[in-house]
Amino acid sequence: MTGSLPFFVLGALLLLGAVRVVASRDLVHAVLWLGVVLVLTALMFLLLGAPFLAGIQLLLYTGGVITLMLFGVMLTRRHHEIGVDIDSSRRLPAALASAGLFVAMASAIVRTKLPAWPPSAPIPAIEIGRAFLTDHVVAFEVLSLLLLAAMIGAIVLGRRHDFGDEPEPLYGKGHRS
Amino acid sequence: MTVQALLLLTSALFCMGIYGLLARRNAIALLLSAELMINAVTINLVTFSRLAGGVTGQVFAVFTIALTVAEVVVGLAIVILLFRWRREIAVDSANELRH
Repeated sequence: MTGSLPFFVLGALLLLGAVRVVASRDLVHAVLWLGVVLVLTALMFLLLGAPFLAGIQLLLYTGGVITLMLFGVMLTRRHHEIGVDIDSSRRLPAALASAGLFVAMASAIVRTKLPAWPPSAPIPAIEIGRAFLTDHVVAFEVLSLLLLAAMIGAIVLGRRHDFGDEPEPLYGKGHRS
Repeated sequence: MTVQALLLLTSALFCMGIYGLLARRNAIALLLSAELMINAVTINLVTFSRLAGGVTGQVFAVFTIALTVAEVVVGLAIVILLFRWRREIAVDSANELRH
């Protein structure tokens, strides 16, 4: 059985990182803190006996998603906007709503009798691969179709419609300030 | 760490994601908050997979991660389209359908 101390350290760091993700004033900082949270999650997967998932998490999230997000931030930010508020004005109701949801879920979790951890070894990647190609093969193929559709969709959405200086708006004229 | 403590941790992460979704107005910050929530759910899946034994929970978690990547790709394409159109990505600026 894994010890408790690494779990608690990881949990505390995860909470800290999540707070920084939703509270950072600078979007780049928020993205980088999300990267920290995702790496810590990969470590949590390792502790929970899922080494294959930890690898997937590191490759896809920290390798792919964070890079994409950083590109997104850089592409959609103008210099004079760097100090602009990225929060809406309704922070207090939002905090109350999420705290209320947490209290509801926490009371349900505390009152439920949950079993202790069963002893179990880490699941090797070969087992997961076998499950993908036998029991879950249809879902696996549908997933690859979905990834293809997402890729084509992103290309169609992101391409420019003319090659002049000013991109043509897709759906009518926007209000340019 | 008990199962309960882990579930409390993931619900705290999930609620922080909800706070982010409600309190932010920048579209990329909204995507980040959604990532946080999905991450919490994935940890929950792995937790219950470990409780139940077997491999199915982890297969589900792999599906979740792949779906999230697809979501981020399309979401960022939409954000960049919004930026090209409006020159800003505050979600409350896209209000053409509100009349």
